Amino acid sequence: MTGTTPGFSQLRLDGVSRRFGSQDALAGLDLTIRTGEFIALLGPSGCGKSTALNCLAGLLPLTAGSIWQDERRVDTLPPERRGFGMVFQNYALFPHMSVRANVAFGLRMRRLPRDEIRRRTAEAIRLVRLEEHAGKLPGQLSGGQQQRVAIARAVVLEPSLVLMDEPLSNLDAKLRLEMRTEIRRLHQSLGLTTVYVTHDQEEALSLADRLVVLRAGRVQQIGSPQTLHTRPANWHVADFMGYRNLWPMRAVSPQGALVAVEADGFRLVGDPMGDVAPGDAVMAGVRPEDVRVGEPGEAATNTMPAEIEVVEYQGRELAAEARTATGIRVHLRTDRRVAPGDAVALSIDPERLLVFPSDSDEAPSAPLADPAGARLAEPGLVG
Amino acid sequence: MSVTTSPHATVATGPPRTPRAHWRHRLAERGVDGQLWLLAPAVLFVVLLFLYPFFYGLGLSFQPTKGGPFSDYARFFGDAYQRGTIWTTLGLALPAALLNVLASVPIAYRMRGRFRGKRLVTILLVVPITLGTVLTAQGLLNFLGPTGWFNRVLMALHLTDEPVRLVHNYWGVFFSLIITGFPFAFLLVLSYLSGIDPTLERAAATLGAGWWQRFRTVTLPLLMPGLATTFCLTFVLAFSVFPSAVLVGNPAGETRVISIAAYQAAYEQYDYPYASAIAMVMGAIELVIISVVLLARTRLYTGSSGGKG
Repeated sequence: MTGTTPGFSQLRLDGVSRRFGSQDALAGLDLTIRTGEFIALLGPSGCGKSTALNCLAGLLPLTAGSIWQDERRVDTLPPERRGFGMVFQNYALFPHMSVRANVAFGLRMRRLPRDEIRRRTAEAIRLVRLEEHAGKLPGQLSGGQQQRVAIARAVVLEPSLVLMDEPLSNLDAKLRLEMRTEIRRLHQSLGLTTVYVTHDQEEALSLADRLVVLRAGRVQQIGSPQTLHTRPANWHVADFMGYRNLWPMRAVSPQGALVAVEADGFRLVGDPMGDVAPGDAVMAGVRPEDVRVGEPGEAATNTMPAEIEVVEYQGRELAAEARTATGIRVHLRTDRRVAPGDAVALSIDPERLLVFPSDSDEAPSAPLADPAGARLAEPGLVG
Repeated sequence: MSVTTSPHATVATGPPRTPRAHWRHRLAERGVDGQLWLLAPAVLFVVLLFLYPFFYGLGLSFQPTKGGPFSDYARFFGDAYQRGTIWTTLGLALPAALLNVLASVPIAYRMRGRFRGKRLVTILLVVPITLGTVLTAQGLLNFLGPTGWFNRVLMALHLTDEPVRLVHNYWGVFFSLIITGFPFAFLLVLSYLSGIDPTLERAAATLGAGWWQRFRTVTLPLLMPGLATTFCLTFVLAFSVFPSAVLVGNPAGETRVISIAAYQAAYEQYDYPYASAIAMVMGAIELVIISVVLLARTRLYTGSSGGKG
């Protein structure tokens, strides 16, 4: 496909905000998107990621801020004049039009010559491999095929920006993986700048060049998949990026570049993420796959005796839940054949145990949703 | 087969046969179950209040007081004065139904989303349903009559020298049909419109369609089947116009609708077979119009429109 839409070198979101009544759905999103980039907006439901996408598309007016395409301000344009393609969560295919007519719709709206419409439509349908279904109505297609039509309909215009709103969330697990590869393949072959909204961290990590993690309408972290995976900016991001073990603890003393933390007379050494002073309340986080299972009686740094409580079979590995002698629950993954009731020693590499400052000074609405934060206030953990 | 105490083995030794489902299961498979009794009142009503009178009237229409079985039909169609009532009624009912539907579309389109005061506006638009035809006629006479406010305003502004005649003629009946028919049309169109997924229009917008293109290429085609149904219902309502044709129309002349002809045959000439024949003609015309509209409707896309409605 040859580009017809004027490209841009960067798209700049400048303090983009949206309020619903007295609630901030999105508060001051600053983001610069370079052309050709694949950006994922990631966060739990209600974090403002769909709001951000709708603001970009022009389907939702901004409460504050502006959006710039190079030196051209676009947030004041209606959606039909922005020239951004969008793929909706429920596909939003026109049910009364054939696949071909759906894909041709945008080209027809641009009043392009008939021959060009026919050629580009056929090309887009071939790109998503739906040639033999071109004459069907959307209702006659499966979910995955409908999704491919929706993608073809958006990319046929060669938009300067493609917006995708949880496009895979209505598909079953197997199809989701296939479509993920498909989307990646399309992005690599067409090089279209893409903003992709999802609540699935795995999807975001596998697709995006850069991730934007949102929580309660605010940006928590912007970074590459590697950065987010290994160095989450705060424990909320860690929680979202698969650090299933998050323990409220208290910092004791620095140990070189590391820091010792403890709770209930139980002491660990971890890598501080941010400023952690002795006496601070902290959250210590580790991924289940970074918890090692050893024989009982092992004694090394960060080793704790525990008993396996629940075991889930997951193919090559087992996902298990163990409880330490001091009552802390640990999620872990192991290829050892453990069984409930087994006594084990769990150890964690200090480099893999991330120690985050607790955010006790947060807005009062935020910690309500998180019982881990609330546990900090319990007197047993203090001192 | 040796002797065994297991009951399963005993079954297995018997001749193979497919187990027949219990008769209750077989009935349930065809939708016959206890809940069917819920339909009883409706069936009773339809039989007593529709089927019996209809077939009674149909039979009666073939037993004229004199002549062969079809002579009352021949009499109706042979008499230009009587035959003309068909065109008079169509001339009122078709434009009124069409206007009701067409006027409902933009209003319902504007009102399909959520906005402040929507309930109040809906109530105002629907209130005329609660007014009877007689009350509406009374209001029309007061408002549009020769000494009504409308004409007084026109004359005070010197827009006209003598009152514009808007009642006791075609227009009186037409306005009355609009006032009583619009709320029905509006409510139906509104519910059809809210059944169309609003994301479709947003998708069209991101594909470069302006509001008129969005309406014409996405919303209207999905709404058309609903509009056809709405048209049929308001047409039937308007075609059987009777009280307003008498009260605000000119029942001896330009608004002598077909129901007036039937009424006169039945209650002025006491010729029930003839009145029944006219009623049958009336029903047949309605059926023809509805068939044409519904036939055209089958050519439209009538599948899912993605909405929740």
